[in-house]
Order: sequence, then structure tokens, then C-alpha cells
Amino acid sequence: MSEAASTSTETGQAGAIEPRIVAFVCNWCTYTGADLAGTSRIQMAPNVRVIRLPCTGRIDPVFIIKAFERGADGVIVSGCHPGDCHYLAGNYHARRRFTVFREIMSFLGIDQRRITFSWVSASEGRKWGDVVNEAVARVRALGPFVGYRSLVEKPNAGA
Amino acid sequence: MARIGVFVCHCGENIARTVDTARVAAAMRDLPGVVYAADYNYMCSSPGQAMIRQVIAEQGLSGVVVAACSPHMHEKTFRGAAAGGGINPFLCEMANIREQCSWIHQDREQATGKAIDITRMIVEKVKRNAPLSTIRIPVVRRALVIGGGIAGIQAALDIADGGREVVLVEKDPSIGGRMSQLSETFPTLDCSQCILTPRMVEVSQHPRIRLYAYSEVESVEGCIGDFKVKIRRKARAIDESRCNGCGACQEACPNKRIASEFNQGLGKRAAIYVPFPQAVPNLPVIDREKCSYFRGKARGSKKDLCGKCVAVCGPQAIRFDQEDSFVTENVGAIVVATGYRLYDIGKEQDDKRLKGYGEYGYGTIPDVIDGLQFERLASASGPTSGAIRRPSDGKEPKTVVFLQCIGSRDPAKGIEYCSKICCMYVAKHAMLYRHKVHDGQAVVFYMDIRAGGKGYDEFVRRAIEEDGARYVRGRVSRMYRDGEIIKVLGYDTLNGSPVTIDADLVVLATAMRPQPGIEGLAQKLSVSYDKHGFINEAHPKLRPVETNTAGVYVAGACQAPRDIPDSVAMASAAAAKVLGLLSNEELEREPTIAVVNADLCAGCFHCERVCGYGAISHREIRDRSGSLIKVVAEVNPGVCWGCGTCQAACPSKSIELAGFTDDQIYAAINAFADL
Repeated sequence: MSEAASTSTETGQAGAIEPRIVAFVCNWCTYTGADLAGTSRIQMAPNVRVIRLPCTGRIDPVFIIKAFERGADGVIVSGCHPGDCHYLAGNYHARRRFTVFREIMSFLGIDQRRITFSWVSASEGRKWGDVVNEAVARVRALGPFVGYRSLVEKPNAGA
Repeated sequence: MARIGVFVCHCGENIARTVDTARVAAAMRDLPGVVYAADYNYMCSSPGQAMIRQVIAEQGLSGVVVAACSPHMHEKTFRGAAAGGGINPFLCEMANIREQCSWIHQDREQATGKAIDITRMIVEKVKRNAPLSTIRIPVVRRALVIGGGIAGIQAALDIADGGREVVLVEKDPSIGGRMSQLSETFPTLDCSQCILTPRMVEVSQHPRIRLYAYSEVESVEGCIGDFKVKIRRKARAIDESRCNGCGACQEACPNKRIASEFNQGLGKRAAIYVPFPQAVPNLPVIDREKCSYFRGKARGSKKDLCGKCVAVCGPQAIRFDQEDSFVTENVGAIVVATGYRLYDIGKEQDDKRLKGYGEYGYGTIPDVIDGLQFERLASASGPTSGAIRRPSDGKEPKTVVFLQCIGSRDPAKGIEYCSKICCMYVAKHAMLYRHKVHDGQAVVFYMDIRAGGKGYDEFVRRAIEEDGARYVRGRVSRMYRDGEIIKVLGYDTLNGSPVTIDADLVVLATAMRPQPGIEGLAQKLSVSYDKHGFINEAHPKLRPVETNTAGVYVAGACQAPRDIPDSVAMASAAAAKVLGLLSNEELEREPTIAVVNADLCAGCFHCERVCGYGAISHREIRDRSGSLIKVVAEVNPGVCWGCGTCQAACPSKSIELAGFTDDQIYAAINAFADL
């Protein structure tokens, strides 16, 4: 699994890795689960950049749009399982926001398949590895996300 | 102007084998705002931390980033080092290039590129970090214990003996709970009341325990260190200061045919009654639904209403006009110890998900009883003075069948968990029965025997080997009345054959459930509970007596089925936590909480709606003449847990989560790729 993931990663210009994925994860479950994956030496694709938040309830949908605007080809949002939120119900709010946001995403021209929403608990290191590898494979198949970038680059020369 | 120092750790080989740490440091040096970047072998070591302190001083750093292991590992360590170097600890953050980089990738080029990205993201975030100070809130050094069973009693005594005042609230007229109804306790066969009542008396006499019996929690406000609890003192219709506990009133009462709750419906009591002779407090209470005086009054009857109790009361303590009263207690910590009740063997269940046992007669057969009812039969203070008698005709049963796992471990009936105590108390019942009926035969139908405690397995063996209990592995498919006896049709799975027993008495070991109304209490306390109503602990392994609500602790069977030794241990553990909390005059909390910008806030209170803790309150802003300008949200720093859901929900972004502001997060997003 690990060998396949790293050798099949395409490198774009200047050795950069594609696809680029930003992950918004909650501190208590998914981030800890990702740490566990590390402690267990579970190998996975190196395309993901994690942003740690106290809770997925903190995630403003605009974060996701911003990530795409700034060069992400895919986004992962991952938190505690329903019922297990460290802050009682933050993950439920995240889920509700996301349900509405998916429709807005299509309207904005972002393919819904570029976003992964998952529940990974602090004990699910292996699952985190699977979520990452599966998301990377799926987003790679969709190709780089260029729609937003071309809109941003043209009016602001030198942005 | 930012002056960030970046320290890239090798962590020996752990990071350096896969990530080119020198290159990461070099890449950071090129970033605007970074004035120092170096790599080092072990940042968490003494020299490593000394390096941080030294560079802070030499370079006048405004922020520190340590690219190393996970913040869960060493954030505290490096924040301590930063504070030692003279900058606010919250200006120091970690970039995780070990657990989430060097350990999960093998390609050096890719891993190094990722480490550079990760570190850059944290550098950009830290540039926007603000210094934060630990929040200090004053502590009211008193505690509240809800529930006066063995767990609540133990917690109250431990806290009071530890020097702190305790308020103990119990909804029944007397404390003692389920343990006061038991005959003897496993595995020692101690007389239950003999070991319990001294504790009950200790509670009533303890100078630091304020007991409110026949009372309930009405509302809870505030937060850890400062809870304001409104307690409803239900009206007994007795003046407590005059009553001397003589009991003449219950003798004189003309209505003595009411099913006694203490005797689980097997005995009778009067309309004015003391629940049991050893009750604490030793005060009667009037059952207004059954008392002729109150019923007559409710009907608007003009006739002379009954007053027989008043006539015989020497101290003139009866007060028909007494109403519920309220008292508010201010406490710093709360322990929930509301205990359990048993699953109902009847048809009516209070929860849609539960189903009764039609195959066992839905409670319609009088000689089919549950475990607590058997305890009352066996108890010397029970309706039969300790003789085992059939409820239907009062005869002594010669064959008693015990069924384990009634309700428990049965997803089809709505309860999938094991109730833990039944295997032990059925063995106890079999033994007590044999001790009282020497020629009686006990038959136990079981699925498994769960006797994991100290002396427990030996106890069950005693029931079988010394007291002749016959254990049959299998379930009972059906029971029905056949003349005077109950036909019990079961199966012996070890034998592979059906078993039919002609039973004189059948005892069902029913599931343990939390008390009715627990959900309402939990919501008042903002604690969470599972689908069965059991209170949720903060962490099942490492934080078993805390809840996720700061300042609220849990003990005993209200959290999960549990026996007496474990309930007592848990109560003492909760008391230790409470005493730790109350040992400080002030409480320290992490400052990564939400703060409202009152200038921007429009008072829509989306934040209040999404806050799971009720941390948002309304604050009025008035001009100098006192006229109201607007109402804005305000965060209670003692209650807010710092999740940030409010900030994501705020349409005007006027509430910010310190440590995870929009500025900080957008800076990290913008820096995730070197584009």
C-alpha cells in the first residue's frame, strides 16, 4: 500500500506534489488518530497538509473555499464520531453545515467528489491512513483543480 | 514586526532519517518575519529547552515554532520553555513533522517538502498569535451531592470529612436508597441495613453535611467553582422542628391499605408514613394522593375532613397547609449519584424501545416477582418478617426458580448491556432461600455466570456446593399458571434437553436501569447521557468519575450497572476529585476560549443556539442615562470550553476563539503550499 502510494504520486512543476490536499481535523479525535497512525508507522500518501482545530464545529465553510482558492485540489474534513464530540455536539453542527455547503460547492463549480467528510476517532489510526489514501486517489483521478485559480490569477496580476 | 524563531528537531533518527531537517531550517530562514532558524538533535532535552530560552533573549523573539513531534506530546514542555525565556507561552506552537510526517512517509524528498509546508503553516499562524493569560475564577468551596444512596452517602461523608461543607439532596423521604431495601449483601452476607444505617446516621449528624431529604434539584446555573442550585423542598405536611418521630400518626391513620414502595408493593403502608423504621431523617410524610384529608379538600368537600393523625400528634407537628418551598445553594462542585431502578416486569414500559416479557406473563402472575421483591421477603424488616412466602397465598414455596438476564443482554427487548450484579444476587438469593427453607430447592436458569469480583466466584460455588442450588444453562421460553403452581418451560443447553419445573415461586433477575427523570436532571446539569439514560463519563478508561462538564462528577449505578463495593470506590474517587477542586481558592482554566467583540455583535444569538454548554449569556449595553442601546452576547469564561462552534456560526464574525482565530487559520491555509 505504502510503496504504491509514494511511487505513483505525480510530481508537478518544480518537484511539487500533486494532488494537494488540505485537511481540517479536530484536535481530540482525528488529530489524535492521525498521531496514532504515525506512532504505528502506518504509511500513507504524502499529499495532505493538516490544519488542527479544537473541533470540526469551528470549521467555517469559507475555510474550504479558501483552501481551493489557494491551490488545494481536494479537502478533507474529519472529526469525532456522532455522539463522541469532545465538546458535546460540535461535530453535529459541522455535519449540518456541510450538508448545506455541498450544494453551494457544486454551484461554485467545485466537484463534490473533491471533498471528503469522515469520522475518525482517536483510536482509528489505520482508518486515517485509509481515508488519506482513498481521498488522494479519488482527487488525483479528478485532476488538478484549476477553476478557481484561473479566476483569481487573471484580475490580480502579481497576486 | 514579527520576529519568529524556528527550531527543527531531529528527534535522534526519528525525524532526521526521513526529513532533511537542515533544509527545513534553511527554508524557514527565507520566510519574512523569521529571524532565527536552526536544527538540533533533541529539542525537548534540557539543552534543547535552554537553547529556546537563550535565543528568545538574544534575538528578541516575538514567537517560537518548534518543528518536532506532536503538540499532544510536548506543547506543554515547549510552552514552559518559552515562558522561561520571557515570552507568553501562547506565542509558542509546534509543527508536527514526526507523527504526521517522518513516521508515515518514506520518500525523503516528499517528506522534506511536506515538513517545510507544515512548518511554514505554523510559522504564519504564530505570527498572528496573541499573548493569552490563564483565566482565574474564584471557587465556592462547598459541594452538592445529588442522591442519598450508598454512593451519595459515601461521597458526602468523604467530602465532609475532608473539611468541606456538603449539601446532600435526596428525592425520597429517607436516604439509604436501594441498599436499605436489601436483606443481605454479597459476598459476605452482611446484613445490609446493619452496615448502612450507621453511615446514614453519620450523614444526619455530621456538622458539615446539610441534608435535604424529600427534595429535588429544580435548576442549576453557573459553572465550575460557582454553581447556583435551586432546590425544591417538597412538602411533607410535617413541621420538622416539632416532630419527635413517635410514629403515632401512622398508627392512627385509617387508610393502611396503600402498597408500600419500600416493600416493592408486597406490603402495605398508611397515607401518613415513615418509609421504614430506620429512616433518616426519621420524619413521616403525607401521601397527598391517598390521604383522605387532601382528597376531600381537592374534591371541595364540605364535610369534616379526616384529622386522626392531628388528634394523636403530641407535639402538634402536622401541617396540612404546608407548601413546597425553595432554597438556593451556592456550590463549587456537584456529584451525581442518583443510582438505579429495576426494569419493569409488567407490560407497560416508560420507554418505547423496551418490550415486556409476555412469555413470563407480563407481571400478571402474582408469584412471579423480581429481585428487589425477593429481598423484601427475605428481609427481617420486610412484609413477612423474613419468611419466604408466596405473595398469592402466603404459603412457603418448596421450589423456587430464578431466571437470570431478564431484560439484560437482550437487544430484542431493548437492553443490550449486562447488568453485572444479577449473577451474584441470584446466587445470594438461592443461598438465603435455602438458609430459611431447609427442604426447599432453588433452580437457576442462566446464560453465563459473571462473578468477577473478590470472593465472587467462590460465593457462587458455595450456592451450588453447599446450599444445593441447581444451575441449568438455558433460557425459559414460557411460564404460566397451572392450578397452584407455575409451570416453567426451559431448556438445558449443556444437556440438550427441555426442562420443565413446577415452581411455587419464580424470581426474575431484571435489568438495572437509571432512575426515571435522569434525562431531565442531566439536562439541568449540562451533562450528557447515553440512550439508556446512564450518565456519560468523560473518558471510559482514564476519567471514570468526571463528566465532560467541568465541575460535575458522577458516582455509582447512575453511570452504569455496578455493585456496592464499586459504587463506594467510585464515590470516594469522586470525592477526591471534588476535594482537589475545592482545595484551591481560585481555579485555573485554559484561556483558549471565545471572546465577543461587543462593538460588532448584533445580538442575533446564533452563538447561544449552537453552544453546547450554555456559555453565552445576554449583556445589556446602556448609555449614560441608562437607556438600552443593544443587547450583545457575552461568554462566561468559566463555562466556555473553547470549541469555536460559535465563531463558525456567527454571521458577523464578532466572536473569536482565542488561539484559533480566523486570522490565524486563514494564515495557515494561505501558507499550505509554496505557490
